[in-house]
Amino acid sequence: MRAGRSEQIGTYVVLGTFAIIAIYPVLSIFFLALHTRSDLVTGFAFPTHPNLSSFKAAWTEGRFTTGYESSFIVAATVTAVSAVLSTLMGYAFGTMRFFGDRVVFPIVLLGIIFPYEATVIPLYYDFQNVPLLHWNLLNTYWALILPQIGQSVAFGAFWMRAFFRSVPRSLIEAARIDGATSFGVLWRVLVPQAMPAVMTMSVLVFVYTWNEFLLALVLVSGSQSHQTAPLGLSFFAGAARAGDPTKVAAAAMLVALPIVLVYLFLQRHFVRGMLGGAIKE
Amino acid sequence: MPRPDKDDPGAARQAPPRRKHPRGHAPGDPRNIGWLYILPGLLFYGLFTLAPLIHTVYLSLFSWDGLTAKTWVGLANYGEAIRDSVLRSAFVHSAVLIGFYAVIPVMIGLLLTAALTRTKVRGFRFFRTTLFLPQLIAGVVIAQAFAWVYDANGPLNRLLDLLGLGSLVRPWLGDFTWALPSIGVIGSWVTFGLCMVLFVAGVQKIPLELYDAARVDGAGAFREFFAVTLPGLRNEILVAFVLTTINALRSFDIIYNTTAGGPGNTTIVPSMYMYQNAFLFNRVGYAAAIATVLALAIFILAAIMLRIGERSEER
Repeated sequence: MRAGRSEQIGTYVVLGTFAIIAIYPVLSIFFLALHTRSDLVTGFAFPTHPNLSSFKAAWTEGRFTTGYESSFIVAATVTAVSAVLSTLMGYAFGTMRFFGDRVVFPIVLLGIIFPYEATVIPLYYDFQNVPLLHWNLLNTYWALILPQIGQSVAFGAFWMRAFFRSVPRSLIEAARIDGATSFGVLWRVLVPQAMPAVMTMSVLVFVYTWNEFLLALVLVSGSQSHQTAPLGLSFFAGAARAGDPTKVAAAAMLVALPIVLVYLFLQRHFVRGMLGGAIKE
Repeated sequence: MPRPDKDDPGAARQAPPRRKHPRGHAPGDPRNIGWLYILPGLLFYGLFTLAPLIHTVYLSLFSWDGLTAKTWVGLANYGEAIRDSVLRSAFVHSAVLIGFYAVIPVMIGLLLTAALTRTKVRGFRFFRTTLFLPQLIAGVVIAQAFAWVYDANGPLNRLLDLLGLGSLVRPWLGDFTWALPSIGVIGSWVTFGLCMVLFVAGVQKIPLELYDAARVDGAGAFREFFAVTLPGLRNEILVAFVLTTINALRSFDIIYNTTAGGPGNTTIVPSMYMYQNAFLFNRVGYAAAIATVLALAIFILAAIMLRIGERSEER
């Protein structure tokens, strides 16, 4: 290219600087976590003799066996159920016209823009004493799973609709002429093609659900055995930060680890999903 | 124009392409069976997202401690909201945070994009992976990371010492003046990678001829950026502003887990204040009013931004 050598170096300097800025805060607590309290770390805390004992202590004291279990149960259920429901919705919105579709779809879209923060107060009181049924769902997985499915299908329906609209009409029509039912068209013809789109959506929903904090804080903080990993971290940090920052750092790494691993393996889905979702809005 | 290696920003754009359909009409023949497909999802959405939203508005018309009977107060909670100086400062803080969450990341994103469009960058993938990472880390974790970065004994203060700026050393998140900007910087850190990736993908769609023409006219790096890249990215910039502004207004996790609104009320934001009123001060009706105002603010801002976008497109 025509850009000169100095310009090229400048590009790398700018990119490199921001790459360091992006990674450093995470790296800094990783370094911190590799110490023990007796190291009395300050400043950059480069680990000269890395030590995993803070991780071990954080795992037990931060109740990560429970935290991981709860987070996995909630995130996996929300992801699986909303993937199925969103695919069904996307199929209808993307390939069919039906009574009221032009009213219903914008209402579903609202769910993407409106903040779920505005729903936690009634969720708390309605789960405490479910109207008509008089169940108490607070401090159960249901309290986290049900609302997050509700939120995820808004994005999911929007995402899958875009996919189904991109499928050539002839494909659907050919299958119909062959006598396939509407569900047959979806299941045998479209779903196999939709897998990459479903995968991208699922990865995003899993990450959002895993990272979710406010709902967990409001709806399950009364039960230690249902606390998600981020909520456990928040409680643990509140109790231990002043005493031993190395353990808190290790606990934070434990919360981030599954997501970072998913990210490294399925990177392309993240970028595609976030951009696709954003631009189509 | 050189393009980062082929697999990359292009792939980001491969998300389901759209076909042209007659305006406003969903494709396909009329089939009311569609209702069967949307019903299960709609049930979850209606019961657990839409209904609570409406219920929030309803609760905002009552005075309620969450335990005893509710008392109808009409719009009194909103009247109080207007007079409440804490709530006012919460919204002022949100406005400051929009600067940090939206304006700064968009600038940085544009700078990085400008750098990327001028030269062929080897290892683009690596940079993109790294710059995008903050976007995916849980707010609670980010809060812990920055609590350490800003700690009295943490890396930032040590760096200032090393640079001979010892007079600036302070516990950043505990400082009445600096806590809010410090939170803001966390927000900038979270979102700038998203902006960059968004813009780099957008640049791929700008016709190469425009760049060639600019070069034939003898445009340098700056003119090229302002004459070609910036106008070409209008849509992406708009999307970035909408997303990051919504993020700024909603920010709860990071603030709850770093300053919890303090010191004093210097970092209080509407969502934090809503939480306090609902679950700590037992003022459920008032909290619901705050939630309603916040939701409305977000909706109005998003609508205005999208409107501006439409208008600039018409021109």
